[in-house]
Amino acid sequence: MLTKEELIEKLTARYGESIRVDEDSLDLPAVIIDRAKAHDLVKYLRDELGFNFLTTLCGMHYADNAPEQQFGVVYHIHNWIENVRLRIKTFLPADNVAVDTMSDLYASANWQERETYDFYGIDFKGHPDLRRILNMDEMESFPMRKEFPMEDPGRTDKDDRYFGRVPQTNNVPNNELR
Amino acid sequence: MSQPLTKKIEDRYYDEIRVRENEDGSELSILNLGPTHPATHGIFQNVLLMDGERIVDAESTVGYIHRAFEKIAENRPFYQITPLTDRMNYCSSPINNMGWWLTVEKLLNIEIPKRVQYMRVIVMELARIADHLICNSILGVDSGAFTGFLHIFTYREHIYEIFEEISGARLTTNMGRIGGFERDWSDAAWAKIHKFMAEFPDAWEEFDRLLTRNTIFMNRCLNVGPLSVEKALQYGFTGPNLRAAGVDYDVRVAQPYCSYEDFEFNIPVGKTGDTYDRYMVRQQEVRESLKIIRQAIAKMPKEGGYHADVPDYYLPPKQDVYNNMEALIYHFKIVMGEIPVPKGEVYSCVEGGNGELGFYLVSDGSRVPFRLHFRRPCFIYYQYYTEMIKGGYLSDAILILSSLNVIAGELDA
Repeated sequence: MLTKEELIEKLTARYGESIRVDEDSLDLPAVIIDRAKAHDLVKYLRDELGFNFLTTLCGMHYADNAPEQQFGVVYHIHNWIENVRLRIKTFLPADNVAVDTMSDLYASANWQERETYDFYGIDFKGHPDLRRILNMDEMESFPMRKEFPMEDPGRTDKDDRYFGRVPQTNNVPNNELR
Repeated sequence: MSQPLTKKIEDRYYDEIRVRENEDGSELSILNLGPTHPATHGIFQNVLLMDGERIVDAESTVGYIHRAFEKIAENRPFYQITPLTDRMNYCSSPINNMGWWLTVEKLLNIEIPKRVQYMRVIVMELARIADHLICNSILGVDSGAFTGFLHIFTYREHIYEIFEEISGARLTTNMGRIGGFERDWSDAAWAKIHKFMAEFPDAWEEFDRLLTRNTIFMNRCLNVGPLSVEKALQYGFTGPNLRAAGVDYDVRVAQPYCSYEDFEFNIPVGKTGDTYDRYMVRQQEVRESLKIIRQAIAKMPKEGGYHADVPDYYLPPKQDVYNNMEALIYHFKIVMGEIPVPKGEVYSCVEGGNGELGFYLVSDGSRVPFRLHFRRPCFIYYQYYTEMIKGGYLSDAILILSSLNVIAGELDA
């Protein structure tokens, strides 16, 4: 049996400084990996530790983080034999939003990476066909980035300050846009 | 950052037609299947390069009904996200609803009473039956057998009547609350469930007799669109389509939620993963779902109420909201999302109609999710569809699409 502790131990032994445990996770074992090692880590997990299935992959935009950690990609991979899941997070800097593709390891990453590119503008190096998928090809922005407000900026009824809270900075507060 | 616009699919195919014509004189043609086509049951566009009736190459375009659910979810409190989940796999929306509540409850660390869990199991299995029922009967329609569809569709109506009795809505149910259901199930709802359980199994066997050993149907389905285990795993297949290929992965068993471990049921698996196997797996899964519902009704605890005791998250009864100041305040706070939410990330999944339906919820402690990502099984496995239809006949492509049960709403989210 591959326990959570063993898994983390193995990964720390192999990647040392480049990996650390993700404290935000409330359920699954989770690690944060340097983006240069991300592909290698997933390959190692797939080939050596039996993580045969890429459950999901998604982009993140941490608008509040330092410019070196503005963007992220989160992978959920799953070892079906031992029934262990692992969450892998990697941070990407704002000036070079790129990470190696996983589509050579898991074919299912192909469309999911296209989707992530479509919404966050994350460049997956080595992807065979990186173009928009759900949005129209002519679109120029990356709509899931936090700087794009969803609602009418004139709306005031959902302003957090009316609820005795500091305005949220992650979802750009309505009042700043006016 | 922006990519140059890639060449249009049609233009690429025109080039290929010219090349092939000069090479060996073959006359290829382009066929635009979709975006709206009566046989695709949803908005799917596939541009096909055809050699007579054979498909040489195919390319699918998705996103015609993309509604930006992930972006909307970043601006909505938890209670306003259920209607979004309804509209993903609209053939079995209660499973999506329950999957979403389970995710929220996992984040908030709420213990759910046994009775509520069993009620949820009943609802989810009814939804699974509705989902598989549509998929299999439409598969019959696409292969020319209309009778089974017409006959069995009455029972989907009965299932929707049960949903209506429970939640007030039929298709997009928006069912449940954090911690349970909005109200206890009425006697009428129970009566409908019992009536359904008494009548449906026979009808299902009758439907089975109409289709399963029908020679025309078998000839149309056997060895059409086979799927190997390797490809299925590579392309992220889950659910009935994966089980038809021969892998017994089912979230209900691998990571039981809602007390699925209390019930005895089998996971049907196929062998070759072709259209017929996919049909057979769904056919059998309906019987297993009936088994689960029967057990859940029999084991249903008398005590336990219909929701967990979590006044911070569960809306107060309407009666109190109108007559009691405290309840009104709570009602307002909960609806506006002013509830204590811990900071953190959870991933929770349920076995949806088409496979592992996952929710990756990142909360920064505010009233809305920081990020909510839906793992939509259809979106992930639909990318293999073009590979499956290459080299086959056009009429088989329609059957494969039906048997994969690709739901446009879930594909595009």
